[in-house]
Amino acid sequence: MSPDPGLLNPAAWKIEPRREIPRSLLYATPLLAVVLTVIAGFFIFLFMGYDPLLSLYHFFISPLLTLYGLSELMVKAGPLIMIGVGLAVGFRANVWNIGAEGQLTLGAITGGVVALAFWNETGWWILPLMCGAGILGGMAYAAIPAFLRTRFNVNEILTSLMLTYVATLFLSTLVYGPLKDPMGFNFPQSRMFSDSGLLPILLEGTRLHLGSGLAIAIAVAGWVLMTYTIVGFQVRVLGQAPAAARYAGFSGKRLVWFCLLLSGGLAGLAGTFEVAGPIGQLIPVISPGYGFTAIIVAFLGRLHPLGIILSGLVMALSYIGGENAQVVVGLPQAVTGVFQGLLLFFLLASDFLVRYRIRRRAIQAAPDGQTQAAEGAS
Amino acid sequence: MSNNVSRRHFLAGSTAAAGALSLGGASAFAADPLKVGFVYVGPVGDFGWTHGHDLGRKAIEKEFGDKVETTFVEKVAEGPDAERVIRQLASSGNKLIFTTSFGFMNPTIKVAKQFPDVKFEHATGFMTAKNVSAYNARFYEGRAVIGTMAGHMTKTGKFGYIASFPIPEVVMGINAFILAARKVRPDAEIKVVWVNSWFDPGKEADATKTLIDQGCDIITQHTDSPAPIQTAGSRGVWCFGQASDMSSFSPEYHATAILDVWDNYYVERTRAVMDGSWETSNVWQGMKEGMVQMSPYNERLPAEVVEAAETVRKGILDGSYLPFAGPIKDQDGKERIAAGEAMDDGALLSMDWYVEGVTA
Repeated sequence: MSPDPGLLNPAAWKIEPRREIPRSLLYATPLLAVVLTVIAGFFIFLFMGYDPLLSLYHFFISPLLTLYGLSELMVKAGPLIMIGVGLAVGFRANVWNIGAEGQLTLGAITGGVVALAFWNETGWWILPLMCGAGILGGMAYAAIPAFLRTRFNVNEILTSLMLTYVATLFLSTLVYGPLKDPMGFNFPQSRMFSDSGLLPILLEGTRLHLGSGLAIAIAVAGWVLMTYTIVGFQVRVLGQAPAAARYAGFSGKRLVWFCLLLSGGLAGLAGTFEVAGPIGQLIPVISPGYGFTAIIVAFLGRLHPLGIILSGLVMALSYIGGENAQVVVGLPQAVTGVFQGLLLFFLLASDFLVRYRIRRRAIQAAPDGQTQAAEGAS
Repeated sequence: MSNNVSRRHFLAGSTAAAGALSLGGASAFAADPLKVGFVYVGPVGDFGWTHGHDLGRKAIEKEFGDKVETTFVEKVAEGPDAERVIRQLASSGNKLIFTTSFGFMNPTIKVAKQFPDVKFEHATGFMTAKNVSAYNARFYEGRAVIGTMAGHMTKTGKFGYIASFPIPEVVMGINAFILAARKVRPDAEIKVVWVNSWFDPGKEADATKTLIDQGCDIITQHTDSPAPIQTAGSRGVWCFGQASDMSSFSPEYHATAILDVWDNYYVERTRAVMDGSWETSNVWQGMKEGMVQMSPYNERLPAEVVEAAETVRKGILDGSYLPFAGPIKDQDGKERIAAGEAMDDGALLSMDWYVEGVTA
């Protein structure tokens, strides 16, 4: 007997939302996704001919065994967490800032310009001034999509994304032109910032800088904002029930401005931290895609500031582990991308299965099925 | 916590992790292979720049067999990540590390300070240190050869140039190409499209299409993917490969390629570390030393084109052909180099102006 053809018929299945979703399950899915990714990784390594346990060890565990490795994890996760927290606030309110990468670049530029303006000068105020400039730079850049959205109802996804490329070109113009290091043989980079323009190192012998510590503090502040303040409440209502928000008299436009300026400011600050921290100068490309990766981080962290700390660390580990596995085991770089893809795939899939269930339609259950079959035969 | 403690912890961890690493240095035990690390900006499979460096790595393995152990990390972004990767290679026992892109310069210098017993070799930069050497190739010599060929081959007199970033090396290449071409075809001009990336096949292909649509009938590139070759070939337009032989991407229209041959340099530097004679140096080698070579000319090329190319190549080899000999005028028609003079290395290495015939 051939298998029941009804099983293969898409019409035989239907997807319906579950009535009650246990909260615990929602928070468990990211963990489940991580576990499934590791299991899938095991088999991928096995089929590629690498020792799977050794590879997984060097991907996920050995980077965490040293103080230097941990400090690097924080250096990499810091900007992801800061930007992710800002974006999550907007995403909750259905304000889709996709251009954090551009706002980060602008923040790096404004912060960097301050550092270069006071090059070779000393003063405790230089660093705070740079941070302020970075925040303002990021906010100003996010203000453009905010204005276009609130005034002309232009979709902020498009405008913020496109402005990212403008920001990169603007940075290029500066480092190839006015900000070029006069002693640098015409290569596109600024002078190295003097010490007064660099973030203090928290742990001697590592690159762990003040900015990485502040990133955690900012995430906690984000949690307080969303949980205990009226603005946080308004943001959540606007996202979940826009109509209710309108009846309650919350200004949608004001919240759009708030979300974009907040996420832009944080991205800008992250940009300043990058140039004043691990980079130490302005170069043509500041971020290896932090602004975009932070979108994944925000969702992986359930748009919850504390979850974002965790997801930021997981995402950072996937990069650092990928490098480590290349050095120690000789795995190809593409494995990093595969892992990140798997992680997202499993997260989305388990999310879907938590929220919906797939049920078999009652086609064969007597009358309907028979009628269909009869019609087909006639 | 003191630096020493954290360093020791780190070393202990990585030793346990890697199994049996000798961190005491290769010289202590003759049987231990010398570990050589490479940091690549692109993927090993880019068929261009990084591919060329990877051939150099393989040359080391071939020359020294089990006396060396090589490791590479590919697609490393020029930014905060580079320092971590370089450091990771240094702390996992590599005693010689090649960092093969300009953007790795400052990170290399920073890490080198922390690992005084590791030798570093940085490509295409200008900074050196006690344990950091710089090396680069005179790619512009190859540009003079292909520029000459292009001058002979073109009908429209318009060349398309897909370029990465306006750094001196790229500017120099564009200038060398058009200077050579205009010796054959005085009215020739070059259109440059900047893709702001070393490796972006999509953008490189788009730029190629645009240039061909604007009437360019010769395509050349200073980016690392074979996408321009593929695109130009499919449109029936002659093109020149970059860094590696790219003829397999368009056997019909790939005229020749400028090859970066790092093999000898890499083998020599490895040997120097092995026998303890390594010293800081800053070299800029060209065709004479074999660091720049031409790949086999396409058989479909007319004999006189190949002949003209060979004349220039031999001229460069014996020193009679100087790609940057005056008179040279800039874009505005102002004479920069008088007849009878030639640009010296210092002027070349900081070149930030275009010669006549360039639209960039």
